[in-house]
This record gives sequence, structure tokens and C-alpha cells, in this order.
Amino acid sequence: MEIGLNHYLVVGLLVFLAGVFTVLTRRNAIGVLMGVELVLNSANINYIAFSRFGTGGLEGQIFSIFVIMLAAAEAAIGLAIVLGIYRKFQTIDVEEVDSLRG
Amino acid sequence: MIYAALFYAIALFTVAGAFGVAFSENVVYSAFSLMATLLGAAGLYVFLGADFLAAVQLLVYVGGILVLTLFAIMLTHQISDVEVSNRAVGRWPALGLVGFVGIAMATALVRAPWKVSGEVVAKAAGEGTTYGIGDAFLGPFLLPFELASIVLLTALVGAIVLSRKEIRD
Repeated sequence: MEIGLNHYLVVGLLVFLAGVFTVLTRRNAIGVLMGVELVLNSANINYIAFSRFGTGGLEGQIFSIFVIMLAAAEAAIGLAIVLGIYRKFQTIDVEEVDSLRG
Repeated sequence: MIYAALFYAIALFTVAGAFGVAFSENVVYSAFSLMATLLGAAGLYVFLGADFLAAVQLLVYVGGILVLTLFAIMLTHQISDVEVSNRAVGRWPALGLVGFVGIAMATALVRAPWKVSGEVVAKAAGEGTTYGIGDAFLGPFLLPFELASIVLLTALVGAIVLSRKEIRD
């Protein structure tokens, strides 16, 4: 059987589901961020699969470059926030960090 | 035949890494599973003829984001105290939700009439996609490209402001 579009979409779907599961079940803030990275990666796999098999040309690849760029920005900001939370609360458990006082 | 076998091996590697991130007990193991997923995704990009993106994936994700994540894990070394047993959402409700979403998306995937074209985007072997991507960035995608640089600058400044030590007079 030839490898077609659906094969890649199934891989993207499984990675996406693993990412959503990670975001839902982790209480560790860095774990939550890793789940977000998984979700973004699954979107990228789909974009590039459609760019290869669809009729859109290179657009899919260009969009996935923007996704990678935003993921990098998100990781930098997110981890800076996590480190700030750790300095303030001495924990990064997202359930315990619920105080709004500065 | 070898092509299909290689594809299945890389796809399995990717998906196994993703499930490793989701189910591993230790965050450090999760980070290394994430590396497996990112490397596997780079392999899939090569399969899809996106050579430039495979290189970007390796440089930005594996070389940048993953190292940053590992740094954050090492700096917040109380990481092992965040137990797996006390979860934000229990494992079973989360599995139920994920299963529901998965079934819905799989149905959509099977039923949708995707428009598939036979031709490959990167036609000339050896030329690759880099030329086309560079051309698009300085042509029709110039405005998003410039906005992207503003976003990156903002993120850079924001990360510095957030992570510096505050000194009050």
C-alpha cells in the first residue's frame, strides 16, 4: 500500500491527542508547555502533508515556518514565566499557584 | 517497499515519543520523549520533500526549544516533587475527552473528500524547497515575515524582563 495523505494525517492526529492528554493531566507547568509543543508539532505535520499532497503549493510549508517561529517565542516566554513563578512560589505546580497578590 | 517500511518506522518513533511525553512519570523522561517526537517529525518532513523545514525543525526545536526546556527543568529542581498521582484532571476523564475528540477527528479524516493532487511541490530533485520559500518570504508573504520579526523582538524583550532579578530602590 502506498503511503498517502491519510498516513500522515493519522500520525498528526495521534501526536495531537497525546499533546491534549499531556496538557490536561500535567500539573507541572513545564509538562503543560511540552504538551503545547506536541500540539503545535502535529499541526505542522498536517500543514506539510497538505503542502505535499494538496494543491496549495508551498504555502503549507511557509505557514509551518510561522508556527515554528511562534512556538519558539511561546517557549521562551512560557519558560521565563515558569522560572518567575518558581522564584516567587518555590513550586511550579499549576494548582498551587493561585494567588493574584503582587 | 523499503520506503514504506522506513515511513512506518519513523511514524512509530514519532507517535511513541508523543505517548512517552503523555504517560511518563518523570518530566525529564518526558523531555527526552519529546526529543524523539521532534526528531521523528523532522524525518517525516524529509519524507514529505520539505528539506528546509526538516533543517529548521532540527535547529529550532531540537537545538533551541528542547534545550531551553531541559534548562528550565534543571533550574526548577523541585520538579520531582510534583507528583503524578495528584493530577489537574484525572487520567480517566482526560482519556475519555481525548478519546471523544479522537473519534470525532478520525471520522472527519476518513469522511472528508481531500483534494489530492498527484504532483510533488519540490519538483526538481536537488534544488529543494529553499529557493521557493525564500522567494515567497520576500514576495507575497513579506508583511507576515516582518510581523514575525516584531513578534520575536517582543518575545525577546519580554523574556528578559520576566526573568531578570527585580531590584527596587
